[in-house]
Amino acid sequence: MTISTLTRGGAQREQQHCLRKMERVIIAMQDPDIGLKMRNQRLLITVIPHAMTGNDIMEWLIQKYNITDEEAGHLGGLLVQYGYIYPLKEPRSLILRSDDSPYRFQTPYFWTSSRWPASELDYAIYLAKKNIRKQGELVDYEKQNYNLLHKRINHTWDFVVMQAREQIRASKQRRKADRIVLECQEQAYWLVNKPCPGAFDVFDLGPERCNVLNSRVILNRRALVRNRVKSSICLESFMKFCDQYHQHDPIMSGCLPSNPWISDDTTHWTINTDLVGTPTRLRVERWSFSFMELLNDCLGRREFMTYLEKEFSGENLCFWEACEDLRHGESSKIILKVEEVYKTFLSPGAARWVNIDSKTMERTLEGIKQPHRFVMDDAQMHIYFLMKKDSYPRYLKSDLYKNMLSKAIVPQETKKSVFPFMRRQRHSSPSPAMVSQATEDNGKAKGAGPAATNSGTLS
Amino acid sequence: FSGSFGEVYQTFHLSIYMSSNNKFSISPEMATQEVQPNETLSNLKAESDTLKTKLEDERAKLHDVELHQVAEKVDGLGQFIMKTRRTLKGHGNKVLCMDWCKDKRRIVSSSQDGKVIVWDAFTTNKEHAVTMPCTWVMACAYAPSGCAVACGGLDNKCSVYPLSLDKNENLAAKKKSVAMHTNYLSACSFTNSDMQILTSSGDGTCALWDVESGQLLQSFHGHAADVLCLDLAPSETGNTFISGGCDKKANVWDMRSGQCIQSFETHESDINSVRYYPSGDAFASGSDDATCRLYDLRADREVAIYSKESIIFGASSVDFSLSGRLLFGGYNDYTINVWDVLKGTRVSILFGHENRVSALRVSPDGTAFCSGSWDHTLRVWA
Repeated sequence: MTISTLTRGGAQREQQHCLRKMERVIIAMQDPDIGLKMRNQRLLITVIPHAMTGNDIMEWLIQKYNITDEEAGHLGGLLVQYGYIYPLKEPRSLILRSDDSPYRFQTPYFWTSSRWPASELDYAIYLAKKNIRKQGELVDYEKQNYNLLHKRINHTWDFVVMQAREQIRASKQRRKADRIVLECQEQAYWLVNKPCPGAFDVFDLGPERCNVLNSRVILNRRALVRNRVKSSICLESFMKFCDQYHQHDPIMSGCLPSNPWISDDTTHWTINTDLVGTPTRLRVERWSFSFMELLNDCLGRREFMTYLEKEFSGENLCFWEACEDLRHGESSKIILKVEEVYKTFLSPGAARWVNIDSKTMERTLEGIKQPHRFVMDDAQMHIYFLMKKDSYPRYLKSDLYKNMLSKAIVPQETKKSVFPFMRRQRHSSPSPAMVSQATEDNGKAKGAGPAATNSGTLS
Repeated sequence: FSGSFGEVYQTFHLSIYMSSNNKFSISPEMATQEVQPNETLSNLKAESDTLKTKLEDERAKLHDVELHQVAEKVDGLGQFIMKTRRTLKGHGNKVLCMDWCKDKRRIVSSSQDGKVIVWDAFTTNKEHAVTMPCTWVMACAYAPSGCAVACGGLDNKCSVYPLSLDKNENLAAKKKSVAMHTNYLSACSFTNSDMQILTSSGDGTCALWDVESGQLLQSFHGHAADVLCLDLAPSETGNTFISGGCDKKANVWDMRSGQCIQSFETHESDINSVRYYPSGDAFASGSDDATCRLYDLRADREVAIYSKESIIFGASSVDFSLSGRLLFGGYNDYTINVWDVLKGTRVSILFGHENRVSALRVSPDGTAFCSGSWDHTLRVWA
């Protein structure tokens, strides 16, 4: 795989879609009924027919696609950059001016998609023509390209010069207006296809990708027998989810006391650190949305553990955590961990024996003989659903949770400062890497910084 | 060689593009699995087409309502204002990928010139920098602990760098090579811990690796072309992930068995980005066909298309806001379009970048999102 600019075959596929779409726009713009009204434009002493102003283009885009000035300017600008429309004044500046600057549609012969990749021979002929017509008309990078080509295809140089001369002679026999139009079209084409170094390059496409079609028989056979849920039920759940989380979405509803990125005040983060003393109300509310929300918040999980221990079922959560550690931990520690889990939770008379149904226990014990990363999955799932269906709902009704909720803080919204353009100092924070290193050095956990530092477990 | 302007209207004759649609081949796996040895290529193609039609019929039977219909009763979104709040300058070339740290303010980014930079995006300070031995570092990820980053690209590998705070220490010295593919690395992600990495590659596969030993734990075959993106499910059982590729397919995988359990093929071009809806019941995709789409995993179908006639360039990167109501898409025409996921309408278009937007992620607490671009910068919007 290469990203050499010489092999553009694969990239051509990638470009297909946006070029095709641009061409559809261009064709619509030239439609006799719904397209732009073109007229004659004066260029120095010549009159160029079938031209339009930058303003015309903007207006048409705004009207057709129901978009703002800014977006129309951006889209129109891209049409010019990709060579589908070219400017008559200042042809080297491929931008869309929203005034009365004249523009023309590029002829399909010269569309980026039609003649891609640009032929070296054609380019050589073009440069030669320019050189012959007016000595010194080539700019620096064109001179360089000319010299390079002269070296590279030196064996056909006679042909190049002959073609160039022939084309110049043929063009002299055209009407002046036609000749100017042709020259403009050709120049526009080469400005896009052989841009000045540093200028926007439409062929800058990233690494090459490949594509090969394949048969989907196997997958489709399996898919046919799958159980599906009615759309109305599925889609309703999106409404519910978005609604439930609306207040918790800082981009939708803002956050208290203020969004740090906007106000430069990090209070919102400091009051929401992992193991903060008193959590915010929104945070505690969120624990009631789903069991996963409770477990994913270290503070919530700690609270839940406290509750379970009161009910003498703390071993369930410990077992679940140990299984997670097994599943996501190092391969080298699997055997050790499986042994530990068995000793602590599953063996008869274990210190923290977990209550799993006999079938699952049998399967698990059998599996332990050949320990692997997923050997505890069944047992883990059983305990997880036990906690979810039984302990979790009771926790939410418990005094422990209710107290947490009542003493949770609701920060005051920061009033916008009187001088909004005075920037607060942006304080740095300890890097999670530093906090963890300190933990390693001291051998005991320090107060958590902005990130949880229990490596290897869910945080 | 002629091009008189008279031809402008006569020659709307578009050239014939290189068409790869008539050729296809079967991967070794597909050919030997459950397929009778006497089934010829054309038989398989015929069966594939029939199955596809049957599948569409089955899916359609349960499709009793459209998303935007259900969403009619939901309030519309008001004026939407988001601005660039931070601009991170420092990369010398195109930014290709970025990821947030769990601390909600740090970011890792990678670029075409081989540099991987860790920033405190809040202060815009650079904290670490690594120079990879290859160019086009297309993938990077922050470890859940915040103590390491993973990256890779044209070197076909995924390497993990522990983040050292010793200014004199050369980060590259502690580098650990974890994943090895036979083509470029397109995306990588740590799973729930620092110990496992999931990768996708131009060689058409995804793979799960043990970081400590570099051992391949599971590989995922099923895409027919380069795999460009992946995302891990936020589900309770944490066992699945999605991937998107140049074969226009988005696949759902079981991490444990390596099987592809669901597949969606409605895009018309390469899928550049896939991202789960926060509940885990759906996912969004962004494609070169200039659309983003929403797929529901339980209904097993595409349920929304986010597109506009004036949007012509491919979407390179997508992500949801915390509640899933908004979908942010970074596009190849340098813009970011913001979509109302439920109503299907575009809420806003954000200008600012001066070249393709190549990466876009919402921060872990949903307070902002970051975009990386070929204009060498990253921007944080809020």
